Amino acid sequence: MSLKDATLARLRKKIAEVSPAEAKALQENGSVLIDIRTPEETSLGIPAGAALLNRDRLELNIEDHAPDPGATVLLLCNSGVRSLLAADNLLAVGYSDVRSVAGGFVRWKSERLPLEVPVSLGANQRQRYSRHLLLPEVGLEGQHTLLQSRVLLVGAGGLGSPAALYLAAAGVGTLTLVDHDVVDRSNLQRQVLYSDTNTGLPKTEAARTRLKALNPDVKINAVDQKLDRTNVEELFADHQVIIDGTDNFPTRYLINDACVRLGLPNVYGSVFRFEGQTSVFWPAQPDEPTPCYRCLYPQPPPPELAPGCGEAGVLGVLPGVIGLLQATETLKLLLGLGDLLTSRLLHYDALQARFTTHRIQPDPNCEYCSGEGEFPGYSDYQDFCS
Amino acid sequence: MKNVTIRIPAALREFAGGMAELELQAVTAGTALEKLAERFPLLSQRIVDQDGAVRAYVNIFVGETNIRDSSGLETRLADGDIVTIIPAVAGG
Ligand SMILES: [Zn+2]
Repeated sequence: MSLKDATLARLRKKIAEVSPAEAKALQENGSVLIDIRTPEETSLGIPAGAALLNRDRLELNIEDHAPDPGATVLLLCNSGVRSLLAADNLLAVGYSDVRSVAGGFVRWKSERLPLEVPVSLGANQRQRYSRHLLLPEVGLEGQHTLLQSRVLLVGAGGLGSPAALYLAAAGVGTLTLVDHDVVDRSNLQRQVLYSDTNTGLPKTEAARTRLKALNPDVKINAVDQKLDRTNVEELFADHQVIIDGTDNFPTRYLINDACVRLGLPNVYGSVFRFEGQTSVFWPAQPDEPTPCYRCLYPQPPPPELAPGCGEAGVLGVLPGVIGLLQATETLKLLLGLGDLLTSRLLHYDALQARFTTHRIQPDPNCEYCSGEGEFPGYSDYQDFCS
Repeated sequence: MKNVTIRIPAALREFAGGMAELELQAVTAGTALEKLAERFPLLSQRIVDQDGAVRAYVNIFVGETNIRDSSGLETRLADGDIVTIIPAVAGG
């Protein structure tokens, strides 16, 4: 008997083996099934729901997949040999119930058990997104989700600039920018998407060039239009998140009302002088209903009482802070991570260096989001800021 | 009477002599706003209407809680409470 055969014979006495069908049943009861084959092998298909962890990283990263060393861990390779050897390694690092799938992937497939094709990234993408891939909360699947995601930004100005830059850098696959302005030199103090040579160009066009240069993976839809009641629903459709980075009240209410109507999350931000506020308005949030913009501010101020408009002063970095909080909430939304700013209003006072959060609740009488009665229609607020 | 701090937002500071916050004594959110109105009538106009109701584009928080979700202007204050006024702003 060769040394190899002797070793395998010894391991077969030591390591429990399960058939693919038994492995599937255990997996359905919560046990983790780990495919330890190489990326070349797994790129063609893996057992449905299996975790991918190449054998050379097994002991190093097993805890990401099986934090409890007492839990049942199922290992699968191509034929059931490497998984026996790997199971022995896991026993050595302290796992107590490691089983090898007899016959491996070949048998899994021949028994017509369910398969899936794992997501994969090209070599350039693996480099570009390596710091995301290193986060277990993002990883390959999260990055793939981002690359498939579609986000629309209303306003490519002070808030939209940092948000769009970072979302493009993060690999959000499609960014739609809606803005009808041209770049003015007075924008450059805070609108970091643009450079001095862009003055006079439509913002969406200059932004597309800049964002494509940053990340060619990202598709940029440049919409050089003013958002209004006739185009809002068509533009918002097919997006997962809307970012409100506009600079006037009528558009903010239009964004809110369309988001409520379409069930979309509205990642809101606004700034004035040295202060900013941000929240996520999403009455259609799956777990619990949360307020809309109108629950917080049922109506805009009349022109004579409106604090500042496009011409108001603002510290250049302030929309950077708020726009990046909006981008952060957007990534969390797309990846399903953490606690969102839904039901909270975050207020930032730069002069006092103070962030405060305030609780906000759905208004049971809100005409737009309370679910009572018909959609009241879009409002015609006077655009007193332009 | 309770000693409370009122925080004035940047958007309204020009109507409060440039002050970012001030301290006063009051029992409810409503009486705090009345005291504010005595000192700064122009500020008050922007927060409440002629009938004394909080305007639709302004929120008053006592600590983390919106008085709209509590007892409105009757919301009781405790010593050390922070009353924050947050109006809608549109800049982007
Ligand atoms: Zn509402």
